[in-house]
Amino acid sequence: MNDTYITLNAICKRYIAKNGTVEALKNISLSIPKNEIFGVIGLSGAGKSTLVRCINLLERPDAGEIIIDGEKLLQLSKEELRLRRQKIGMIFQHFNLLEQQTVLSNVCFPLEIRGIPRRERQEKALELLEKVGLAEKAQCYPSQLSGGQKQRVAIARVLANDPDILLCDEATSALDPETTKMILELLKEIHDTMGITVIVITHEMKVIQEICSSVAVLENGEVQEVGTVSELFTNPKSRAARRLLLLEEKEDAAYVG
Amino acid sequence: MWDNSMTVMMLEGIRDTIYMTVVSTFFGYLIGIPLGIALTLTDKNGLRQNQAVYRLLDVIINITRSVPFLILLIVVMPLTKLLAGKSYGSTATIVPLTLAAAPLIGRMVESSLKEVNKGVIEAAVSMGAKTGTIVLKVLMGEARTSLLVGVTIVLGTVLGYSAMAGVVGGGGLGDIAIRYGYYRYDTSVMLVTLVFIVAIVQLMQFVGTLLAKRLDHRNNE
Repeated sequence: MNDTYITLNAICKRYIAKNGTVEALKNISLSIPKNEIFGVIGLSGAGKSTLVRCINLLERPDAGEIIIDGEKLLQLSKEELRLRRQKIGMIFQHFNLLEQQTVLSNVCFPLEIRGIPRRERQEKALELLEKVGLAEKAQCYPSQLSGGQKQRVAIARVLANDPDILLCDEATSALDPETTKMILELLKEIHDTMGITVIVITHEMKVIQEICSSVAVLENGEVQEVGTVSELFTNPKSRAARRLLLLEEKEDAAYVG
Repeated sequence: MWDNSMTVMMLEGIRDTIYMTVVSTFFGYLIGIPLGIALTLTDKNGLRQNQAVYRLLDVIINITRSVPFLILLIVVMPLTKLLAGKSYGSTATIVPLTLAAAPLIGRMVESSLKEVNKGVIEAAVSMGAKTGTIVLKVLMGEARTSLLVGVTIVLGTVLGYSAMAGVVGGGGLGDIAIRYGYYRYDTSVMLVTLVFIVAIVQLMQFVGTLLAKRLDHRNNE
Protein backbone atom coordinates (compact mmCIF):
# COMPACT_ATOMS: atom_id res chain seq x y z
CA MET A 1 0.00 0.00 0.00
CA ASN A 2 1.02 3.58 -0.70
CA ASP A 3 1.51 6.29 1.83
CA THR A 4 -1.38 8.26 3.17
CA TYR A 5 -2.27 11.15 0.92
CA ILE A 6 -5.37 12.57 2.51
CA THR A 7 -5.76 12.51 6.27
CA LEU A 8 -8.92 13.44 8.07
CA ASN A 9 -8.25 13.83 11.73
CA ALA A 10 -11.09 13.89 14.27
CA ILE A 11 -13.47 15.87 12.08
CA CYS A 12 -16.57 17.18 13.81
CA LYS A 13 -19.38 19.13 12.23
CA ARG A 14 -22.55 20.38 13.86
CA TYR A 15 -25.56 22.06 12.32
CA ILE A 16 -28.05 24.19 14.10
CA ALA A 17 -31.50 23.03 13.08
CA LYS A 18 -34.95 24.07 14.25
CA ASN A 19 -35.15 21.34 16.86
CA GLY A 20 -31.68 21.58 18.33
CA THR A 21 -28.25 20.87 16.96
CA VAL A 22 -27.55 18.00 14.59
CA GLU A 23 -24.19 16.32 14.81
CA ALA A 24 -23.47 15.54 11.17
CA LEU A 25 -19.93 14.28 11.71
CA LYS A 26 -18.72 12.88 14.99
CA ASN A 27 -15.00 12.64 15.37
CA ILE A 28 -14.22 11.17 11.97
CA SER A 29 -10.70 10.05 11.18
CA LEU A 30 -9.71 8.52 7.86
CA SER A 31 -6.50 7.96 5.94
CA ILE A 32 -6.75 7.78 2.19
CA PRO A 33 -3.76 6.48 0.25
CA LYS A 34 -2.50 8.16 -2.88
CA ASN A 35 -3.83 7.00 -6.19
CA GLU A 36 -6.67 5.00 -4.72
CA ILE A 37 -10.36 4.92 -5.51
CA PHE A 38 -11.76 5.29 -2.05
CA GLY A 39 -15.46 4.83 -1.37
CA VAL A 40 -17.60 6.27 1.37
CA ILE A 41 -20.94 4.55 1.67
CA GLY A 42 -23.91 5.25 3.87
CA LEU A 43 -27.64 5.80 3.78
CA SER A 44 -28.95 9.30 3.32
CA GLY A 45 -28.38 11.36 6.42
CA ALA A 46 -25.29 9.38 7.36
CA GLY A 47 -23.12 12.45 6.83
CA LYS A 48 -21.21 11.29 3.78
CA SER A 49 -21.91 14.38 1.69
CA THR A 50 -20.89 16.64 4.55
CA LEU A 51 -17.72 14.59 4.89
CA VAL A 52 -16.69 14.92 1.25
CA ARG A 53 -17.52 18.62 1.29
CA CYS A 54 -15.13 19.01 4.20
CA ILE A 55 -12.26 17.75 2.07
CA ASN A 56 -12.31 20.84 -0.14
CA LEU A 57 -13.73 22.95 2.67
CA LEU A 58 -17.04 23.71 1.01
CA GLU A 59 -18.03 22.97 4.59
CA ARG A 60 -15.69 24.04 7.35
CA PRO A 61 -15.54 21.47 10.13
CA ASP A 62 -16.03 22.71 13.69
CA ALA A 63 -13.07 20.69 14.87
CA GLY A 64 -10.40 18.44 13.45
CA GLU A 65 -7.75 18.56 10.77
CA ILE A 66 -7.62 17.96 7.05
CA ILE A 67 -4.18 17.23 5.71
CA ILE A 68 -3.56 16.75 2.03
CA ASP A 69 -0.06 15.82 0.98
CA GLY A 70 1.30 17.20 4.24
CA GLU A 71 -0.55 20.49 3.92
CA LYS A 72 -3.01 21.48 6.61
CA LEU A 73 -6.00 22.80 4.70
CA LEU A 74 -7.62 24.61 7.60
CA GLN A 75 -4.53 26.73 8.07
CA LEU A 76 -4.47 28.04 4.52
CA SER A 77 -5.39 31.64 3.86
CA LYS A 78 -8.45 32.36 1.75
CA GLU A 79 -6.34 32.92 -1.33
CA GLU A 80 -4.17 29.84 -0.76
CA LEU A 81 -7.29 27.74 -0.31
CA ARG A 82 -8.76 29.12 -3.53
CA LEU A 83 -5.66 28.10 -5.45
CA ARG A 84 -5.48 24.71 -3.74
CA ARG A 85 -9.08 24.01 -4.68
CA GLN A 86 -8.16 24.28 -8.35
CA LYS A 87 -6.37 20.97 -7.94
CA ILE A 88 -9.23 19.27 -6.10
CA GLY A 89 -11.92 18.50 -8.64
CA MET A 90 -15.49 17.79 -7.67
CA ILE A 91 -18.44 16.33 -9.53
CA PHE A 92 -21.99 16.40 -8.28
CA GLN A 93 -25.23 14.46 -8.34
CA HIS A 94 -26.96 17.17 -10.33
CA PHE A 95 -23.96 17.98 -12.53
CA ASN A 96 -24.10 21.72 -11.80
CA LEU A 97 -23.25 22.91 -15.29
CA LEU A 98 -23.73 26.50 -16.42
CA GLU A 99 -27.09 26.24 -18.17
CA GLN A 100 -26.63 29.40 -20.22
CA GLN A 101 -23.25 28.37 -21.61
CA THR A 102 -22.34 25.88 -24.29
CA VAL A 103 -20.75 22.57 -23.43
CA LEU A 104 -17.44 23.96 -24.69
CA SER A 105 -17.51 27.07 -22.50
CA ASN A 106 -18.49 24.93 -19.54
CA VAL A 107 -15.32 22.90 -19.96
CA CYS A 108 -13.36 26.11 -20.56
CA PHE A 109 -14.63 27.68 -17.33
CA PRO A 110 -12.04 26.29 -14.89
CA LEU A 111 -9.30 27.32 -17.32
CA GLU A 112 -10.81 30.77 -17.60
CA ILE A 113 -10.74 30.99 -13.82
CA ARG A 114 -7.02 30.34 -13.97
CA GLY A 115 -6.54 32.98 -16.64
CA ILE A 116 -5.48 30.65 -19.44
CA PRO A 117 -5.70 32.39 -22.85
CA ARG A 118 -8.82 31.69 -24.89
CA ARG A 119 -7.21 29.75 -27.71
CA GLU A 120 -5.30 27.47 -25.36
CA ARG A 121 -8.31 26.74 -23.18
CA GLN A 122 -10.51 25.92 -26.14
CA GLU A 123 -7.92 23.51 -27.47
CA LYS A 124 -7.66 21.76 -24.14
CA ALA A 125 -11.44 21.72 -23.67
CA LEU A 126 -11.96 20.10 -27.05
CA GLU A 127 -9.33 17.51 -26.23
CA LEU A 128 -11.14 16.68 -23.01
CA LEU A 129 -14.52 16.52 -24.71
CA GLU A 130 -12.94 14.09 -27.14
CA LYS A 131 -11.77 12.03 -24.20
CA VAL A 132 -15.27 11.77 -22.72
CA GLY A 133 -16.75 11.13 -26.16
CA LEU A 134 -18.68 14.37 -26.54
CA ALA A 135 -16.62 16.38 -29.01
CA GLU A 136 -19.54 16.68 -31.41
CA LYS A 137 -21.68 18.26 -28.67
CA ALA A 138 -19.25 21.14 -28.04
CA GLN A 139 -21.65 23.79 -29.30
CA CYS A 140 -24.74 22.34 -27.61
CA TYR A 141 -26.26 23.63 -24.40
CA PRO A 142 -26.64 21.39 -21.33
CA SER A 143 -30.44 21.38 -21.71
CA GLN A 144 -29.97 19.48 -24.98
CA LEU A 145 -28.04 16.65 -23.31
CA SER A 146 -29.08 13.54 -21.40
CA GLY A 147 -28.12 13.06 -17.76
CA GLY A 148 -25.20 10.80 -18.62
CA GLN A 149 -23.92 13.27 -21.19
CA LYS A 150 -24.19 16.11 -18.69
CA GLN A 151 -22.12 14.16 -16.19
CA ARG A 152 -19.53 13.47 -18.87
CA VAL A 153 -19.32 17.21 -19.55
CA ALA A 154 -18.87 17.75 -15.81
CA ILE A 155 -16.08 15.18 -15.83
CA ALA A 156 -14.37 16.88 -18.78
CA ARG A 157 -14.72 20.17 -16.91
CA VAL A 158 -13.22 18.79 -13.74
CA LEU A 159 -10.25 17.34 -15.64
CA ALA A 160 -9.42 20.69 -17.22
CA ASN A 161 -7.36 21.68 -14.20
CA ASP A 162 -5.45 18.36 -14.07
CA PRO A 163 -6.61 17.71 -10.53
CA ASP A 164 -4.72 15.38 -8.21
CA ILE A 165 -7.87 14.61 -6.25
CA LEU A 166 -11.34 13.96 -7.62
CA LEU A 167 -14.33 14.10 -5.28
CA CYS A 168 -17.50 12.44 -6.55
CA ASP A 169 -20.56 13.40 -4.53
CA GLU A 170 -23.28 10.91 -5.50
CA ALA A 171 -22.14 11.40 -9.08
CA THR A 172 -24.22 8.55 -10.47
CA SER A 173 -27.24 8.76 -8.19
CA ALA A 174 -29.36 10.66 -10.71
CA LEU A 175 -28.55 8.23 -13.51
CA ASP A 176 -30.05 4.94 -14.66
CA PRO A 177 -28.08 1.69 -14.09
CA GLU A 178 -26.78 1.54 -17.66
CA THR A 179 -25.52 5.12 -17.64
CA THR A 180 -24.14 4.66 -14.14
CA LYS A 181 -22.01 1.83 -15.44
CA MET A 182 -20.66 3.94 -18.28
CA ILE A 183 -19.81 6.84 -15.99
CA LEU A 184 -18.09 4.52 -13.52
CA GLU A 185 -16.05 2.99 -16.32
CA LEU A 186 -15.04 6.45 -17.43
CA LEU A 187 -14.01 7.37 -13.88
CA LYS A 188 -12.00 4.19 -13.59
CA GLU A 189 -10.26 4.83 -16.87
CA ILE A 190 -9.42 8.37 -15.79
CA HIS A 191 -8.06 7.06 -12.52
CA ASP A 192 -5.95 4.44 -14.24
CA THR A 193 -4.52 6.71 -16.92
CA MET A 194 -4.11 9.98 -15.03
CA GLY A 195 -3.21 8.74 -11.57
CA ILE A 196 -5.78 10.73 -9.63
CA THR A 197 -6.86 9.94 -6.10
CA VAL A 198 -10.62 9.49 -6.32
CA ILE A 199 -13.09 9.68 -3.47
CA VAL A 200 -16.53 8.31 -4.26
CA ILE A 201 -19.53 9.08 -2.08
CA THR A 202 -22.53 6.85 -2.67
CA HIS A 203 -25.41 5.00 -1.12
CA GLU A 204 -25.16 2.15 -3.63
CA MET A 205 -23.04 -0.90 -2.90
CA LYS A 206 -22.88 -1.54 -6.66
CA VAL A 207 -20.87 1.62 -7.16
CA ILE A 208 -18.42 0.60 -4.45
CA GLN A 209 -18.16 -2.90 -5.91
CA GLU A 210 -17.62 -1.56 -9.41
CA ILE A 211 -14.72 0.80 -8.91
CA CYS A 212 -13.51 1.21 -5.32
CA SER A 213 -10.54 -0.52 -3.76
CA SER A 214 -11.17 0.59 -0.18
CA VAL A 215 -14.27 1.76 1.53
CA ALA A 216 -15.49 3.44 4.69
CA VAL A 217 -18.98 2.76 5.98
CA LEU A 218 -20.67 5.76 7.55
CA GLU A 219 -23.70 5.82 9.78
CA ASN A 220 -25.04 8.55 12.04
CA GLY A 221 -21.99 10.67 11.38
CA GLU A 222 -19.59 7.98 12.52
CA VAL A 223 -17.26 5.63 10.68
CA GLN A 224 -18.53 2.11 11.33
CA GLU A 225 -15.76 0.29 9.54
CA VAL A 226 -12.97 0.81 7.03
CA GLY A 227 -11.34 -1.80 4.87
CA THR A 228 -10.84 -3.17 1.41
CA VAL A 229 -13.91 -3.74 -0.68
CA SER A 230 -13.46 -7.51 -0.78
CA GLU A 231 -13.24 -7.60 3.02
CA LEU A 232 -16.46 -5.67 3.27
CA PHE A 233 -18.30 -7.99 0.95
CA THR A 234 -17.02 -11.25 2.39
CA ASN A 235 -16.87 -10.31 6.02
CA PRO A 236 -18.79 -7.18 7.00
CA LYS A 237 -18.06 -6.38 10.61
CA SER A 238 -20.47 -3.60 11.37
CA ARG A 239 -24.22 -3.73 11.53
CA ALA A 240 -24.39 -0.77 9.14
CA ALA A 241 -22.37 -2.62 6.50
CA ARG A 242 -24.49 -5.74 6.81
CA ARG A 243 -27.62 -3.68 6.46
CA LEU A 244 -26.32 -1.96 3.31
CA LEU A 245 -25.39 -5.32 1.81
CA LEU A 246 -28.78 -6.73 2.65
CA LEU A 247 -30.54 -3.75 1.11
CA GLU A 248 -28.60 -4.30 -2.06
CA GLU A 249 -29.54 -7.98 -2.18
CA LYS A 250 -33.20 -7.19 -1.72
CA GLU A 251 -33.01 -4.66 -4.51
CA ASP A 252 -31.41 -7.19 -6.80
CA ALA A 253 -34.05 -9.74 -5.97
CA ALA A 254 -36.77 -7.24 -6.72
CA TYR A 255 -35.03 -6.33 -9.94
CA VAL A 256 -34.83 -9.93 -11.17
CA GLY A 257 -38.22 -10.96 -9.89
CA MET B 1 -57.57 71.73 -32.09
CA TRP B 2 -55.12 69.41 -33.72
CA ASP B 3 -52.54 71.11 -35.88
CA ASN B 4 -48.92 70.95 -36.79
CA SER B 5 -47.68 72.40 -33.54
CA MET B 6 -49.66 69.74 -31.74
CA THR B 7 -47.93 67.00 -33.73
CA VAL B 8 -44.55 68.53 -32.96
CA MET B 9 -45.44 68.72 -29.29
CA MET B 10 -46.49 65.06 -29.24
CA LEU B 11 -43.32 63.95 -30.99
CA GLU B 12 -41.25 65.96 -28.56
CA GLY B 13 -43.24 64.45 -25.72
CA ILE B 14 -42.51 60.95 -26.94
CA ARG B 15 -38.84 61.82 -27.36
CA ASP B 16 -38.62 63.34 -23.88
CA THR B 17 -40.46 60.46 -22.25
CA ILE B 18 -38.18 57.87 -23.84
CA TYR B 19 -35.14 60.01 -23.00
CA MET B 20 -36.09 60.30 -19.32
CA THR B 21 -37.08 56.67 -19.02
CA VAL B 22 -34.04 55.18 -20.70
CA VAL B 23 -31.45 57.47 -19.13
CA SER B 24 -32.91 57.14 -15.63
CA THR B 25 -33.13 53.38 -15.96
CA PHE B 26 -29.51 53.32 -17.11
CA PHE B 27 -28.32 55.39 -14.14
CA GLY B 28 -30.64 53.37 -11.92
CA TYR B 29 -28.86 50.19 -12.98
CA LEU B 30 -25.46 51.77 -12.35
CA ILE B 31 -26.52 52.01 -8.71
CA GLY B 32 -28.93 49.06 -8.63
CA ILE B 33 -26.61 46.34 -9.97
CA PRO B 34 -23.90 46.80 -7.32
CA LEU B 35 -26.68 47.12 -4.75
CA GLY B 36 -28.31 43.87 -5.87
CA ILE B 37 -24.97 42.07 -5.92
CA ALA B 38 -24.13 43.36 -2.45
CA LEU B 39 -27.52 42.19 -1.16
CA THR B 40 -27.03 38.75 -2.68
CA LEU B 41 -23.50 38.27 -1.39
CA THR B 42 -24.07 39.56 2.14
CA ASP B 43 -27.35 37.80 2.83
CA LYS B 44 -27.52 34.60 4.85
CA ASN B 45 -25.64 31.79 3.07
CA GLY B 46 -24.20 34.30 0.59
CA LEU B 47 -20.59 34.13 -0.52
CA ARG B 48 -19.69 37.10 1.69
CA GLN B 49 -22.25 36.69 4.40
CA ASN B 50 -22.49 39.84 6.52
CA GLN B 51 -25.71 40.37 8.38
CA ALA B 52 -24.88 43.93 9.44
CA VAL B 53 -24.29 45.12 5.88
CA TYR B 54 -27.32 43.23 4.59
CA ARG B 55 -29.64 44.70 7.20
CA LEU B 56 -28.35 48.22 6.58
CA LEU B 57 -28.89 47.99 2.82
CA ASP B 58 -32.22 46.30 3.38
CA VAL B 59 -33.49 49.13 5.60
CA ILE B 60 -32.23 51.86 3.27
CA ILE B 61 -33.99 50.23 0.34
CA ASN B 62 -37.21 49.72 2.24
CA ILE B 63 -37.28 53.33 3.36
CA THR B 64 -36.56 54.80 -0.06
CA ARG B 65 -39.06 52.46 -1.66
CA SER B 66 -41.82 53.48 0.73
CA VAL B 67 -41.58 57.17 -0.19
CA PRO B 68 -44.26 57.89 -2.82
CA PHE B 69 -42.63 59.13 -6.01
CA LEU B 70 -44.42 62.49 -6.02
CA ILE B 71 -43.07 63.23 -2.56
CA LEU B 72 -39.59 62.05 -3.45
CA LEU B 73 -39.73 64.36 -6.44
CA ILE B 74 -40.32 67.35 -4.17
CA VAL B 75 -37.98 66.26 -1.38
CA VAL B 76 -34.97 65.89 -3.66
CA MET B 77 -35.51 69.17 -5.52
CA PRO B 78 -32.46 70.83 -3.94
CA LEU B 79 -30.32 67.92 -5.12
CA THR B 80 -31.95 68.06 -8.53
CA LYS B 81 -31.11 71.75 -8.81
CA LEU B 82 -27.56 71.05 -7.76
CA LEU B 83 -27.05 68.25 -10.30
CA ALA B 84 -29.15 69.42 -13.24
CA GLY B 85 -29.06 73.18 -12.72
CA LYS B 86 -32.85 73.50 -12.55
CA SER B 87 -35.75 71.62 -11.02
CA TYR B 88 -38.10 71.32 -14.01
CA GLY B 89 -37.82 69.82 -17.49
CA SER B 90 -36.95 66.33 -18.57
CA THR B 91 -33.24 66.39 -17.76
CA ALA B 92 -33.94 67.52 -14.22
CA THR B 93 -36.53 64.78 -13.80
CA ILE B 94 -33.81 62.18 -14.39
CA VAL B 95 -32.45 62.85 -10.91
CA PRO B 96 -35.54 61.82 -8.88
CA LEU B 97 -36.35 59.09 -11.40
CA THR B 98 -32.92 57.54 -10.93
CA LEU B 99 -33.26 57.75 -7.15
CA ALA B 100 -36.65 56.06 -7.31
CA ALA B 101 -35.48 53.40 -9.74
CA ALA B 102 -32.22 52.41 -8.00
CA PRO B 103 -33.68 50.68 -4.92
CA LEU B 104 -36.33 48.97 -7.04
CA ILE B 105 -33.60 47.76 -9.38
CA GLY B 106 -31.49 46.64 -6.43
CA ARG B 107 -34.36 44.43 -5.29
CA MET B 108 -35.02 43.10 -8.79
CA VAL B 109 -31.36 42.24 -9.32
CA GLU B 110 -31.21 40.61 -5.89
CA SER B 111 -34.20 38.43 -6.63
CA SER B 112 -32.83 37.45 -10.06
CA LEU B 113 -29.42 36.52 -8.67
CA LYS B 114 -30.93 34.51 -5.84
CA GLU B 115 -32.74 32.34 -8.37
CA VAL B 116 -29.40 31.00 -9.62
CA ASN B 117 -28.92 27.33 -8.77
CA LYS B 118 -26.84 27.07 -5.57
CA GLY B 119 -25.16 23.95 -6.91
CA VAL B 120 -23.65 25.81 -9.84
CA ILE B 121 -22.29 28.46 -7.50
CA GLU B 122 -20.85 25.73 -5.32
CA ALA B 123 -19.25 24.07 -8.35
CA ALA B 124 -17.53 27.37 -9.18
CA VAL B 125 -16.31 27.70 -5.58
CA SER B 126 -14.96 24.17 -5.75
CA MET B 127 -13.03 25.13 -8.91
CA GLY B 128 -11.30 27.90 -6.98
CA ALA B 129 -13.06 30.80 -8.69
CA LYS B 130 -12.74 34.29 -7.27
CA THR B 131 -15.92 35.88 -5.96
CA GLY B 132 -15.74 38.43 -8.77
CA THR B 133 -15.65 35.70 -11.40
CA ILE B 134 -18.58 33.96 -9.75
CA VAL B 135 -20.59 37.17 -9.71
CA LEU B 136 -19.96 37.93 -13.37
CA LYS B 137 -19.91 34.52 -14.94
CA VAL B 138 -22.16 32.45 -12.73
CA LEU B 139 -24.61 34.84 -11.05
CA MET B 140 -25.07 37.46 -13.77
CA GLY B 141 -24.52 34.99 -16.60
CA GLU B 142 -26.98 32.38 -15.41
CA ALA B 143 -29.55 34.96 -14.32
CA ARG B 144 -29.41 36.97 -17.54
CA THR B 145 -32.91 36.07 -18.72
CA SER B 146 -34.42 37.01 -15.40
CA LEU B 147 -32.34 40.21 -15.31
CA LEU B 148 -33.58 41.18 -18.74
CA VAL B 149 -37.20 40.59 -17.79
CA GLY B 150 -36.43 42.81 -14.81
CA VAL B 151 -35.24 45.58 -17.14
CA THR B 152 -38.58 45.60 -18.96
CA ILE B 153 -40.49 45.78 -15.70
CA VAL B 154 -38.28 48.62 -14.48
CA LEU B 155 -38.64 50.53 -17.76
CA GLY B 156 -42.42 50.32 -17.47
CA THR B 157 -42.37 51.51 -13.88
CA VAL B 158 -39.95 54.37 -14.56
CA LEU B 159 -42.04 55.46 -17.52
CA GLY B 160 -45.05 55.58 -15.22
CA TYR B 161 -43.08 57.67 -12.71
CA SER B 162 -41.88 59.98 -15.46
CA ALA B 163 -45.49 60.73 -16.34
CA MET B 164 -46.14 61.64 -12.71
CA ALA B 165 -43.32 64.15 -12.88
CA GLY B 166 -45.54 66.08 -15.28
CA VAL B 167 -47.28 67.53 -12.23
CA VAL B 168 -44.23 69.66 -11.49
CA GLY B 169 -43.38 70.36 -15.11
CA GLY B 170 -41.25 67.32 -15.65
CA GLY B 171 -41.57 67.26 -19.43
CA GLY B 172 -42.58 64.41 -21.68
CA LEU B 173 -45.96 62.84 -22.38
CA GLY B 174 -47.10 62.96 -18.75
CA ASP B 175 -46.49 66.69 -18.72
CA ILE B 176 -48.63 67.12 -21.84
CA ALA B 177 -51.39 64.92 -20.45
CA ILE B 178 -51.57 66.93 -17.25
CA ARG B 179 -51.34 70.34 -18.91
CA TYR B 180 -54.05 69.60 -21.46
CA GLY B 181 -56.19 67.01 -19.76
CA TYR B 182 -56.12 68.36 -16.21
CA TYR B 183 -55.55 72.11 -16.48
CA ARG B 184 -57.40 72.74 -19.77
CA TYR B 185 -60.00 69.97 -19.71
CA ASP B 186 -58.87 68.84 -23.17
CA THR B 187 -59.61 65.17 -22.82
CA SER B 188 -58.79 64.23 -26.41
CA VAL B 189 -55.14 65.36 -26.10
CA MET B 190 -54.86 63.50 -22.84
CA LEU B 191 -56.23 60.35 -24.42
CA VAL B 192 -53.79 60.59 -27.32
CA THR B 193 -50.85 60.87 -24.95
CA LEU B 194 -52.21 57.95 -23.02
CA VAL B 195 -52.29 55.87 -26.20
CA PHE B 196 -48.66 56.75 -26.84
CA ILE B 197 -47.63 55.87 -23.31
CA VAL B 198 -49.36 52.51 -23.54
CA ALA B 199 -47.79 51.87 -26.96
CA ILE B 200 -44.29 52.60 -25.67
CA VAL B 201 -44.74 50.30 -22.68
CA GLN B 202 -46.09 47.55 -24.93
CA LEU B 203 -43.21 47.91 -27.33
CA MET B 204 -40.60 47.73 -24.57
CA GLN B 205 -42.33 44.73 -23.06
CA PHE B 206 -42.42 43.00 -26.43
CA VAL B 207 -38.76 43.62 -27.24
CA GLY B 208 -37.67 42.66 -23.72
CA THR B 209 -39.57 39.40 -23.69
CA LEU B 210 -38.31 38.52 -27.15
CA LEU B 211 -34.69 39.19 -26.19
CA ALA B 212 -35.04 37.26 -22.96
CA LYS B 213 -36.37 34.26 -24.83
CA ARG B 214 -33.61 34.44 -27.40
CA LEU B 215 -30.96 34.55 -24.72
CA ASP B 216 -32.35 31.69 -22.67
CA HIS B 217 -30.70 28.35 -23.36
CA ARG B 218 -32.21 26.44 -20.51
CA ASN B 219 -35.11 24.86 -22.37
CA ASN B 220 -34.83 25.45 -26.09
CA GLU B 221 -35.53 22.26 -27.98
